[in-house]
Amino acid sequence: MAYSDKIRSIYGSQLQTLKDAGIFKIERYIHSVQDAEIEVEFPPGAPLKKVINVCANNYLGLSSHPDVVKAAHEGLDARGYGMSSVRFICGTQDIHKILEQKVTDFLGTEDTILFPSCMDANAGVFEAILTDEDVMISDRLVHASLIDGIRLCKAMTDSFKHSDMKHLEEKLILHADKRVKLVITDGVYSMDGDTAKLDEMVALCEKYDAMLLVDESHASGFIGKTGRGTHEKCGVMGKIDLITTTFGKGLGGASGGCVSGRKELVELCRQKARPYLFSNTIAPPVVAGVISVLDTLSKTTERRDKLEKNANWWRKSLLEAGFILQPGDTPIVPVMLFDAKLSQDFATDLFKEGVYAIGFFFPVVPQGKARIRTQISAAHEMHHLETALAAFIKVGKKYDILGKTKNEIMAMYGA
Amino acid sequence: MEEIREVVLEYVKNEYMEDQDEELTYDTALISGGFVDSFSMVSLKRFLETRYKISLPDNRATPEAFDTVNKITALVQEFLG
Repeated sequence: MAYSDKIRSIYGSQLQTLKDAGIFKIERYIHSVQDAEIEVEFPPGAPLKKVINVCANNYLGLSSHPDVVKAAHEGLDARGYGMSSVRFICGTQDIHKILEQKVTDFLGTEDTILFPSCMDANAGVFEAILTDEDVMISDRLVHASLIDGIRLCKAMTDSFKHSDMKHLEEKLILHADKRVKLVITDGVYSMDGDTAKLDEMVALCEKYDAMLLVDESHASGFIGKTGRGTHEKCGVMGKIDLITTTFGKGLGGASGGCVSGRKELVELCRQKARPYLFSNTIAPPVVAGVISVLDTLSKTTERRDKLEKNANWWRKSLLEAGFILQPGDTPIVPVMLFDAKLSQDFATDLFKEGVYAIGFFFPVVPQGKARIRTQISAAHEMHHLETALAAFIKVGKKYDILGKTKNEIMAMYGA
Repeated sequence: MEEIREVVLEYVKNEYMEDQDEELTYDTALISGGFVDSFSMVSLKRFLETRYKISLPDNRATPEAFDTVNKITALVQEFLG
């Protein structure tokens, strides 16, 4: 057989290396719908435990919302389970075009193209619109999917220090001779929860004749007064050339993503983007679900307002309790613990206390910046947040980190 | 030679170090050590070409050749003739 003992040992030792380095990922089995409270089997075989979930991207609490589930059911009945095709052969239904128009209207752009995921959107967009005469200038902390997409493109690459506008300007001057300059950023940075300075970036792009691409995956549906995203918050609606985003987080949480922006660029993606050309169309129930989400969010800001109120309360309460937080004003609230092992132990103890949160450490975040990333949802009621806060304080006291400075925590836990 | 080394060291510090107190020597592994992301190597190449009025072919401007200040200096020196 081809899969010899020698080959098995090669892969076995790779997996062991991950385990030895403490970066081997283990799944927790959830036996309920995604919500503020979930039932978790962990470790495998353990009895089910009801926990408060503070690590989902379920920002608007729509993942199992009855209205969305109903809309998906109706989509399933009316347009079927799947299309067994890519878009351009026989995979485009009326509802796919309706969704594209609704996304365009919601984001305030010229046109939109759906992708199977935002990872696919980011993998396909650069190669479709840029050539080796162009340059891509990305923030150094952009999401991994943007990095992979940039790698697939023949244009020159460059980067600027995170959110450093002076450095970005230097790069725009350095690459003045390029045919097209594309600046690339996340709208909201998923690990730190900070937002890009899109107003300043738009001004720089206008000054130096560059285009701007923003990944809005952690923003669409709830950032900005009516939830349109970081461009709304920064007052630059209509001025972003390309927005990529996902339907797998705030906008329903199922799957799918898109590129939305200037109509010529969207059309080029339709003609040339490989993940669009060679991957299945989004399933009809998902399309129907996202349509209902956008309809609801276009009518009322109730859910994003509740999310904002929840996130503000959570951030303020953790600070008052003496935790060190990464500064920001989004529903992503990172509780800084600095040491990798402490972040893991802290998460384990939280789980015992009925709170499901994940510790992140190097290489996901820089060395010495380990944290518990909490993500607040509109599905959380005040009693969820109060219970979760009590658990954080109890575990914080156990490790004696409340009210301590970064240096004091590092001295105790040796980060 | 000495001057080129200092210029390159200063550039790398300003361009890539988030924390100015971080230790950086002539032999610090810049790319393999994770200080310089491969996306922004191009800035370094463009800087050297402009500053020293040389042209570095792509097949010589490799991550290996750019991995330390000393290696970069040697490369520039070679093209300066």
